[in-house]
Order: sequence, then structure tokens, then C-alpha cells
Amino acid sequence: MREISYAEAIREGFSVALERDPRVVLLGLGVPDPKGFFGTTTGLQQRFGAERVMDMPCSENGMSGVVLGAAINGLRPVLNHQRLDFAILSMDPICTQAAKWHYMFGGAMKMPVVFRMIIGRGWGQGPQHSQCLQSWFAHIPGLKVVMPTTPHDAKGLLIAAIEDDNPVVFLEHRWLHHAKGHVPEGHYTVPIGPARVAKPGRDVTLVALSYMVAEALEAAKNLAKLGVDAEVIDLRSLRPLDSTLILESVRKTGRLVVADTGWALAGMSAEVLAVASEGAFGSLKAAPRRVCFPDCPTPTSPSLAAAYYPRSGDIVAAVRETLGLPADEADTAIPAGVELDKPNPAFTGPF
Amino acid sequence: MTASPETSTFPSQIGQRLLESMVRIRLVEEAIATGYAEQQMRCPVHLSIGQEGVAAGVGAALRPDDQVMSGHRSHAHYLAKGGDLNAMIAEIYGKETGCCRGRGGSMHLVDLKAGFVGAVPIVGSTIPIAVGLSFADKQLKRDRVTVAFLGEAATEEGVFHESVNFAALHQLPVIFLCENNLYSVYSPLSVRQPAGQAVYKTAAGHGIRAEQADGNDAVAVYSLMCDAVRQARSGSGPVFLEFMTYRWREHCGPAFDNHIGYRTEAEYLTWRERDPVEALERRLRAEGCFDEAALVDFKRRTSAEINGAFSAAKQAPFPDAAGLMDHLYA
Repeated sequence: MREISYAEAIREGFSVALERDPRVVLLGLGVPDPKGFFGTTTGLQQRFGAERVMDMPCSENGMSGVVLGAAINGLRPVLNHQRLDFAILSMDPICTQAAKWHYMFGGAMKMPVVFRMIIGRGWGQGPQHSQCLQSWFAHIPGLKVVMPTTPHDAKGLLIAAIEDDNPVVFLEHRWLHHAKGHVPEGHYTVPIGPARVAKPGRDVTLVALSYMVAEALEAAKNLAKLGVDAEVIDLRSLRPLDSTLILESVRKTGRLVVADTGWALAGMSAEVLAVASEGAFGSLKAAPRRVCFPDCPTPTSPSLAAAYYPRSGDIVAAVRETLGLPADEADTAIPAGVELDKPNPAFTGPF
Repeated sequence: MTASPETSTFPSQIGQRLLESMVRIRLVEEAIATGYAEQQMRCPVHLSIGQEGVAAGVGAALRPDDQVMSGHRSHAHYLAKGGDLNAMIAEIYGKETGCCRGRGGSMHLVDLKAGFVGAVPIVGSTIPIAVGLSFADKQLKRDRVTVAFLGEAATEEGVFHESVNFAALHQLPVIFLCENNLYSVYSPLSVRQPAGQAVYKTAAGHGIRAEQADGNDAVAVYSLMCDAVRQARSGSGPVFLEFMTYRWREHCGPAFDNHIGYRTEAEYLTWRERDPVEALERRLRAEGCFDEAALVDFKRRTSAEINGAFSAAKQAPFPDAAGLMDHLYA
């Protein structure tokens, strides 16, 4: 099976959706520009025309409302944001309007719209180009929230999101765009909701999302060297959340470490711990642990960013705690010559 | 294509219709005000009494398939567009037979059959959605027109300017319909916008046609609207219309509140003299085309219709709690 990058998989997902359904339209600041949204929209305007793949004013809030009206009247819009940090200028249309539209009007209308947001990291993205606010959206009934990790899931979940009759927040981590993986050609969907066992294991459950799945898989490799067989779960969908798979795994392993790309307090990791403690309390052999951002904004300087972002070693260290193994400073040591403000070359896939 | 009201001429054909539309709105709103003390309408209500001229003029200038969106004070807009009265009253009573099955209340009216696509109380939030309706209509080559009702305070929201800019950029068939009633809750224009800066001139800054007129003159509203609808429908781009008007009662609720100190009784009485219903009645009388008997009969029939709507709403069942999660996802 062929391998393509995550960014190419997104572009292919758009091509398939645009080709199959004339109601699908793409909007976003820079969607047709020469950089092609990190290669995810390159060539789409040339192929499908400026009426269906269009640039827009620098009006995130207004345009988020515009796509809602367009969806009510029969289009299936995807609104693209190069950084999540700009998309949150439109919390009213997303959370207060789109999420409630079907419910508050008693089912009179549907809201088939996708809000696609990219989360930045590295090379000094700093406090305002790298926020991971997935838990904000996951908190809102009426939204669906997905964070695909693999190129396969990126394409399949994107098509599923576009074909869904509900508002879907589609979150991409910038450090996944270059990663390669097996991606089927043509049309297919990955259902919104089910999580995925990225690696089966018996001793500890590592629940991760988005880019942290890559770190969790690396952690699992290193844990194997210690004789620890970790199971890695890729959440993929935050709302709905696959509590069933989380609980099955925790009941089997009795140990849980959650790795989020965001902050701990009131974040997705807190929710996963709540699921485990409410549903599998008796199975837990040790207190669960979380690997999240430090509780401060993301700094810009490479030296501070290196200290900020959790890595696979932090997951290994957390697993040691749940197993009662002695800590080892080597887990979190930064190998000489490694630049932490660029994607880890070990994570190019295939996943 | 539906027969277009844009070709109607005043006053012989339209005067009585505008009068009846305003009278019906006022009778409905007064019935809500009267019944509100019973505490069975358990949601906030923002009454349109005093502002009926704008709604009536706009509603009469639109085709049934044209679309309208609105904000918190939407009863008049809904009724003037042809929204179902029974479903509206039942919704205010929180009943299963309401237009939102009791999920919305007074601030969330909807009647898709009548082209009333929805109202929400977050100031300015429906403006871009209305623009999006017209964007899709243009993309899908429909000849509908959309009206975004907004209060003058909504022009202080950033999303208003974003919406007008996009509509102007794509020459969308949308009309921004501003009812300027001088107050945002209790805050007067003087603490919200610079002195001497007319709202419609701010809108004109976006490069679209913008005009202002007396909102208590239903005929003036109607005739400006007909012109705006012609422009929008012909593909010549959006229009902003500002109509000066005044709400007689409190911002939210059934009472009068001129005594609490944010506006004067004298100011209210000045506007009370400019009652849009009485003004049109006088004009029709002066022009010799006022049919008093017909109006008396209309009021009698409308009162019966309203009584029927209220008793049906009161008797209708509340939504079953088992349906709490209905419509969360499509």
C-alpha cells in the first residue's frame, strides 16, 4: 500500500469531498495562496474553481457566522484556520450558535459545517501560535471534536467530518503534517467517535491524542526495553469520547498514563482520568498520571520551549511512577545535538 | 416565481395591509404583556410595542420565500414575515407544540415555511448567519433576498462590520435592517457612539448604499424596502437601512419603566405621539381610503385568533423529559 504524508492525505480528502458533492466549499484566509496551507490545499482552487475554494477577509468571527448561514441554505462549508489561536475569535458562532442550532430550534435545521484548525509548535511559535484548546471545544454539547494522528485517519476523519450533518471541529497538529503513512486512494471514512489501539499491551495504558500519540509510541518502545508492555490508545475523537475502549484497556492493565498536547487543569487528560476513576476504580492498581504542558503559556525562546514541551521520556518517567519503579534521570535527558524546536525526525512514520 | 410585492403601489393596495399587520402585532404583544403576570410564560420577553411600523413595512416588501433573521426582540419580525402565531405563543409557554418544541422560547423563534430562519439573543450573532444565507443563495443561483434585522447597538459589534464587508465584497443579496430605538437595554446612544455620527453613515463607510428614515412611518419603511429589495434581488449588492423608532415598554418584560431614571417620561410621550399605528390611520383617513368597519372587523377576528392561540398554548402538553436529549445531534 502506498504511503503519503499527513498533509497530502488532507489534500486528498478535500479532493474526494469536493469531487463527490458540489455543495462542499472551502473557505479560509490563505486557502488558495502559494503556500497552500502547509500543502494541504495546494492546487484545489485551480481544480475546483474560486467559487468553491476561496480566500476570505481577515474576519474569523464574521466568516464563522457566514458558513453557518451557508450550511443552513444548503452548502457544506469547511472553514480553515492556519492557527487555532485565530479561530477562537469565533467562539460565539462555533459554541453558542453552531453547537446549539439543531437543538434549540427543535430539530428544524441541520448544521453541516467543519471548523478546521491547525495547532502550531516549534521554531518560536510562542504564546499565541501554539495553544492546544481542544478541551474548550470538547466541553460543548452539540459539537463533535476530532484530532487525527495518522495520515489514514486524517483523510478518513476529514471526509467523515464533511459528510456529517453536525458541526465538527477538526484539529491538526502542525508537527504531524510531514509524517507519512498508509492511505487508501479514493473515498473512505473513519467514523467519528471510536478511539484506536495504536499498540496493544498488557502492563500499562497510555492514552494519548494527536502529536502525543507519536511520543507515546516512542515511550512504549523504550518501556519495552525495561520489560514493560504498554498499550497505546489514540483517542482520535474527543467528542464523542470513546469511554468504552479506555475502560476496557484500564481494566486489563490496571495502570493509566494520559499524554495530552495541552494543559492539565480542566483539560482532556482530566476527563480521561475521570472516565477511568468513575468506570474502572476497582481495577486501578496505582494512581493514574498525566503528562501535559506546564501550567504557564508557551514560551518562545528555544531554551524555554525545550523545557516546556513534554516528550516520550516524560511518559516513561510517569509510567515508572505507576509501576513503582525507581526514577531514572536518563529518561528525560536531552540527547546531544537534538533540536527540540523542530519535529523529531524519528516521527516521520509510517504510523 | 411568486408574485412580487415590489410592484405594489401605495396607498390603495398596501395601506390597509400595513395597518392590519401593525395592529395584529400590537394585539399579540399586548396579550403577552397582559398575560405575563400569570407567570406561565416562563422566559424573558422583549416586546415590540411602538416599533411595529418597521416590521410591517419590511414584511410587506418581501416574498414568502425571502428569508429573515432577527435578534432578541423578534416577535414583530416573525409575525410580519408570516410566522405561525400558534407556534410562537406555544413556544413562549414552553410547550411541545411551540416552534422550537419548547427548546428555545421567546428569544429563539423559527418558522422555516414562512422564511423566518431564526432569531437568537446574542447581539449581532445572526448578522453573519444571514449573510451566509444570501451567500449560499448566490452560489446556488436562487433569486431570494435575505433580511438581517439588527438593533443599532449591534453596529457596535465587530461582527457587524465583518459581515457588511463580506456582503459588499461579494455583492450579496442581503439587506441590513437596523431598528434604531436609541437604547441598548438602559444605555443610551450617547454613551455608546460618538455624537453626530449617524449609524447609517458608519455602514456607508463599507461602500454600500445606506439610508435612514422614520421607522414609525410604515409606508416610508415599505417604500424604502421595496427599493432595497429590488436592488438586492437584481444582484446590485447589499443595502443598509436605518429606521428610527422607540420601544414603549421596558427592555425585557411587560411593564413601562420610564420612572426608573434612564429616560424621561417626556421623551416617551413625544414618541407616543408618533404611534406608527395611529399615524397610518390618520394618513389613510386623510387620503380617503380608511375603511373603519374593515379595521374593526379585523381587530375582532384577530382578537379571536389570539385568544385561540393562547388557550391552545395553555392546554398544550409540556415537552416530555424523556426527550431532553432530542436534537442534540442531527
